[in-house]
Amino acid sequence: MSNAALLFKRQLTDTFRNKTVLIQFLLFPILTLIMQKMVRPEGLPENFFVTLFGTMYVGMAPMTAAAAIIAEEKEKNTLRVLLLAGVRPREYLIGSGGAVFLPCLIGGVVLCAAGEYSPAERVQFLAVLAAGTLVSILLGGAIGVASRSQMSATSLTVPVMLLCSFLPMLGLFNRWAGVLARWLYSGQVNRLLGGIGGRVDPADLLIFGLNLLLAAGLFVTAYRKRGLT
Amino acid sequence: MSGILCVESVSHCYAGQTVLREVSFSVGRGEIFGLLGPSGAGKTTLVKILTGQLSQTGGTATLWGEDTRRLSAQTRREIGAMMDDLGLYDRFTAEENLSFYAALTRAQRSRGEELLCRCGLWQARKTPAARLSKGMRNRLALARALLGGPRLLFLDEPTAGLDPAAARGIWRLLEEEREKGMTILLTTHNMVEAQRLCDRVALLHEGRIVALGAPEALCRQHNRQNGLLITLKDGQRQWLENGPAAAPELCRWLERDQLAAIHSTEPTLEEVFLNLTGRRLEDEQCGAAL
Repeated sequence: MSNAALLFKRQLTDTFRNKTVLIQFLLFPILTLIMQKMVRPEGLPENFFVTLFGTMYVGMAPMTAAAAIIAEEKEKNTLRVLLLAGVRPREYLIGSGGAVFLPCLIGGVVLCAAGEYSPAERVQFLAVLAAGTLVSILLGGAIGVASRSQMSATSLTVPVMLLCSFLPMLGLFNRWAGVLARWLYSGQVNRLLGGIGGRVDPADLLIFGLNLLLAAGLFVTAYRKRGLT
Repeated sequence: MSGILCVESVSHCYAGQTVLREVSFSVGRGEIFGLLGPSGAGKTTLVKILTGQLSQTGGTATLWGEDTRRLSAQTRREIGAMMDDLGLYDRFTAEENLSFYAALTRAQRSRGEELLCRCGLWQARKTPAARLSKGMRNRLALARALLGGPRLLFLDEPTAGLDPAAARGIWRLLEEEREKGMTILLTTHNMVEAQRLCDRVALLHEGRIVALGAPEALCRQHNRQNGLLITLKDGQRQWLENGPAAAPELCRWLERDQLAAIHSTEPTLEEVFLNLTGRRLEDEQCGAAL
């Protein structure tokens, strides 16, 4: 088994034992199932809660999990031991990032199952969720790499996470929040999930692509400046 | 300079402060070499440089002739390290911690089981690392460092904070490894540990080596009093200069069966360090504890 695969397996096992990280993956899918199946306010779109919680899920879970995992490894010096054992930074990031991506995707499947979608729409839904998750992981990874401890990672993650996950929701009630949210990847996730089955605006994809590049740039900058130790 | 580990004029500056100044020494195969000094002397920095975790700002350090700033994967596999912060996965059991590193280092699974037994952790193998005692955590970190069967082992304060029994357990393990030919570099401020384990020691003070040699040789070299402390059976204590002139007096006490004990006035490593630097080795630690 390759080092990345070993790290992926280890991280996944660890996640199931780490309640604070595990709850991030479970909270929104469960909440969506309950709200979508039990609460049906009149006048709201059919998949209202799936879109709403799906957006919040993408903005919160991968980011907090990625930042927490990397910061914990740095704080407890397990990352240093891994590098001493010959693990390459690339292998670590692929293994650990993958171990955040997979549970998020499984959570996405639960979210998707809670909504009323055709098979083609389900594929589209999961693709949007996967792309949003990737941007969140990069942002969380950048925070984790830049932080010296779990405490500092949390204090950096919370404002970014709140901005990314709540701004699209606030955009429903406030025009300016909506305008701002349009420029965020989570805002695009919200628009794309809300318009599943319909025509995709190329401008939305372009903004999303720019967000992806920006997140990747932030991650590379943090990595070059701080490294993994 | 020959040896599997060579350090030549290594200096390191961090945040405008000089942490290491022109440090030079070499370690031969099968040797246990001790770096002694109080907290802040630069011991951990030096170990980080030697294990390739940190690049020095001056001088060269090599392992088997390879620059520590560019260690190959092969050379990395030949070294084991136990740093002072251990770096164990707390939610994983002792057994899982070792299995994971065994897989990473391509060591046999049975090697992990063997080390769990040797380190006295077999009974606790199913216990999460977070719930192990300090001594057990140290032994687990040592077992992990030994997993890949390294030829060179770095130990940063391996017995710091352990009770004497737990420390002796670790010393026994290290002595066993030395008998098998392993080279060990350890940092410590425990003089008993240094005198029991180390073939040679370097006394480090403010980033500079102030003395280097075998512990006994250093003690003899700094034996300025060169005296004998005699304790007689009636409790009296006498001091004699160590030389031929002391012989008649000693013979007289022996003939009269008055002699209880003879001690050399040779200083301990702690006293050698104090003489050379004016500081005690454990000053910092006591301060930290307070």
